[in-house]
Amino acid sequence: MNAPLVTPSRRDFLAGALVVSFSLRSLSSFAAEEQQSPKPPLPGSLKNALMLDAWIRVDADGTVTVFTGKCEIGQGIRTALIQVAAEELEVEARAIHLVTADTVRTANEGFTSGSNSMKDSGAAIRNAAAQVREILIGIAAERIGVAADQLHAQSGAIVGPGNRRIGYGELVAGEVLHAAAQPASRLKTPEALRVIGQSMPRVDIPGKVTGGVSYVQDLRLPNMVHARIVRPPSYEARLQSLDPSAIEKLPGVLKIVRDGSFLGVIAEREFQAITAAHALAAAAKWDSATKLPDEKNIFGFIESLPGQDYIIADKHAPSGAAAQTLEAVYRRPYQLHGSIGPSCAVASFDGDALTVWSHAQGMFPLRKAIAEMLHFAEDKVRCIHMEGAGCYGHNGADDAGADAALLARALPGRPVRVQWTREQEHQWEPYGPAMLSRARASLDASGNIVDWQYDVRSNTHSTRPPGAGQLLAARHLEQPFKPDAPKPIPQPEGGGDRNSIPLYAVPNVRVVHHFVPDMPLRVSAHRSLGAYLNVFSIESFMDELATAANADPVEFRLRHMQESRARKVISTAAERFGWSSTPLPRGRGRGFAFAQYKNLGAYCAVAIEAEVEHESGRVRLGRAVAAVDSGQAVNPDGIANQIQGGVVQSASWTLYESVRFEPTRILSQDWSTYPILRFGNVPESVDVHVIDAPGQPFLGTGEAAQGPAAAAIANAVAHATGMRIRDLPLNAARVKAAIGV
Amino acid sequence: MITLNVNGRSHEIADEPNTPLLYVLRDTLELNGAKFGCGLGQCGSCTVVVDGKSVFSCLTPISILQGRKITTLEGLGSEDAPSPLQRAFIEEQAAQCGYCIPGMIMRAHALLTANRTPTDAQIREHMNPNLCRCGTHMRVLAAIKRAARGMQAADASAPRQEVRP
Repeated sequence: MNAPLVTPSRRDFLAGALVVSFSLRSLSSFAAEEQQSPKPPLPGSLKNALMLDAWIRVDADGTVTVFTGKCEIGQGIRTALIQVAAEELEVEARAIHLVTADTVRTANEGFTSGSNSMKDSGAAIRNAAAQVREILIGIAAERIGVAADQLHAQSGAIVGPGNRRIGYGELVAGEVLHAAAQPASRLKTPEALRVIGQSMPRVDIPGKVTGGVSYVQDLRLPNMVHARIVRPPSYEARLQSLDPSAIEKLPGVLKIVRDGSFLGVIAEREFQAITAAHALAAAAKWDSATKLPDEKNIFGFIESLPGQDYIIADKHAPSGAAAQTLEAVYRRPYQLHGSIGPSCAVASFDGDALTVWSHAQGMFPLRKAIAEMLHFAEDKVRCIHMEGAGCYGHNGADDAGADAALLARALPGRPVRVQWTREQEHQWEPYGPAMLSRARASLDASGNIVDWQYDVRSNTHSTRPPGAGQLLAARHLEQPFKPDAPKPIPQPEGGGDRNSIPLYAVPNVRVVHHFVPDMPLRVSAHRSLGAYLNVFSIESFMDELATAANADPVEFRLRHMQESRARKVISTAAERFGWSSTPLPRGRGRGFAFAQYKNLGAYCAVAIEAEVEHESGRVRLGRAVAAVDSGQAVNPDGIANQIQGGVVQSASWTLYESVRFEPTRILSQDWSTYPILRFGNVPESVDVHVIDAPGQPFLGTGEAAQGPAAAAIANAVAHATGMRIRDLPLNAARVKAAIGV
Repeated sequence: MITLNVNGRSHEIADEPNTPLLYVLRDTLELNGAKFGCGLGQCGSCTVVVDGKSVFSCLTPISILQGRKITTLEGLGSEDAPSPLQRAFIEEQAAQCGYCIPGMIMRAHALLTANRTPTDAQIREHMNPNLCRCGTHMRVLAAIKRAARGMQAADASAPRQEVRP
């Protein structure tokens, strides 16, 4: 917040231009846009903000500020982006001040999602930094009167013959960095890298472990007041009556805000707001509840809903005759993001303009949604990212931003902090959708796959802003906004069909995405989207096919894999794990799985041991080993941390998690009604081997482990018990039923 | 007025006696360490140490804390001078989002104060009340073990001291 702003006029122009380009750019045009461009494309997100000084600024005192439109959401992106900038700029990492997503100060890089931040922002900043370095060398060459090739950049200065040094600050007079980015940059060669590839300690951890202001939850503004929301008992229940008179008199209460069924209370102090919110909830009368489907028949219900079919792969080639054919159906339930810190936001309205501090993943889309909801011009709303608790997709953060905006508008001059309760986060966040898949494949007489058919049925995986109707509060207003019509996310990234096309070499492949628009439960992006179920399905099915072919699962995968990087990741994980076919004691098994996230991101393979307690059906995880190729590794330990976390989180989803509901309400309201993994059940160990790919593009890591970990666990359980479980989660009751205890 | 002893300092607190300690720490004393996670005693993000024992500050009203010794994350060390346990978390890079980590550190602090040589099983059991959603568990366990080793080494080289439970 303290770094100087660029001239408002230029910044305004830039922001304005970006808004137009963003709104015109539908999700489906992403790939087409890149292909149709006649000029060589600008790397990463440079095309979202064309000027170098939108990314990098150097002040006269030599201070370097780097701007990213992406957000730190617990994945360590702040550190990796600083490393990338430090590398090409030739400055010390600690000398770089990084500004993250802010609608006034940074480029619009859309959402921080899809494991795209290194590919988008990392590539943009790296190229911008290299181009800035070359500009500074050029200016220095002119000033000293020597050829540019006599000069080099070092520690924030240009160094020339006779060890003459000119600091960057002395070279940046005027608007020299206000130059258009070029498609090609003089990037440092892989051999010359000294910061990229180092496991630099995360810049945010020291503050986080000592009580620094690290999260929006920790933001304390002068005169700030506290608010709580009172939500309806179910999705569509409407507020019928409320007598707030007694609550208005409670200590510290400043205002009760009601607009239709949106209800909140603002108080001077936090516990006063909590006390008043309890009283409000008791006083509010709501009309009839939402009718939710029967949880026991949720998959039948989803299959009964109308769908749209998209054939996303359909290839035919001569092949051997089918000797045997296998079929299977796999299902995943609704699952929570379940950030440990419920959503929170702070908003401040001065009577004219609104500022919102939010941990949502896209500040520009959030600004657009809030402006629409409030009927404000977009330039009257500023959204600034601050970290929240870990973000694993579209949780309640945007909605909390909207809540704060509505409350702050009702109390101009006082910044309002709104904190969701645990129960609100559990009941109202958009879940990862329940999905099912059907796989059918044939093997020839020598055990090779000759035909593969796969159908996946799913809701959308994005109900994010920028539409105001995507915000919970906006749906509850007296004049409500309607949610946007749900849309599938097109290939090659895909939504419900993400990773539904097998990467294996099979002559005949047909994959159909049955997109189901009607959403019985609120859903949106949940870390790895449909890849979680699709990789679970494909990689479980690969094991089932390997068994039918009498083949070792790893050998069977390698037999069908031609891609060399994929093969290396598979082999490395198997080797480091000590994969073998040696029989294990009764009740113990080993499982293996692999995927390339989105079929275009990081390659990840996981091998894991599991032990099944025969009497209870409880699964205990043993050693886990993962191998990952994320392209050029910027921060190997950061990659390892993400993959370790992904394996453990996915283990929790896979063994325990399922949102419970009954016809009138969501039953999963807290950690007792939605249990997740605890320390008593974590694996014995999780070792990650990062395979560097010098000179290759950054591939992104954040979601790569979710699918492979799930399938590896299911395969280990199948190996341990001899029983194949195709319904997630593999909880004790289900395992016990499968093994027939 | 209730007098609270937080990190060795006395504070006169005007908040209602039924106010949970968490809100007094965060809002009145402006300490960021203890986090709101559930308000239900189910996740441990709000863990602080009271008289040597880990406590859910979200459930503990200040009325029962008069005269008791409250330690928060800030009482262990600072960014410039982190405590051995905080340093171990930094060295192991034991955080992703980090939101649960202050509670983890405080619960581990209570353990290591009472037992310098916990087994792996004891650490896992002791840490069971605290949830992490990023899946940083393996590093949290490694950081606690690292801190324990460091403390054992320090104990061995220092004159014998009484360790208060």
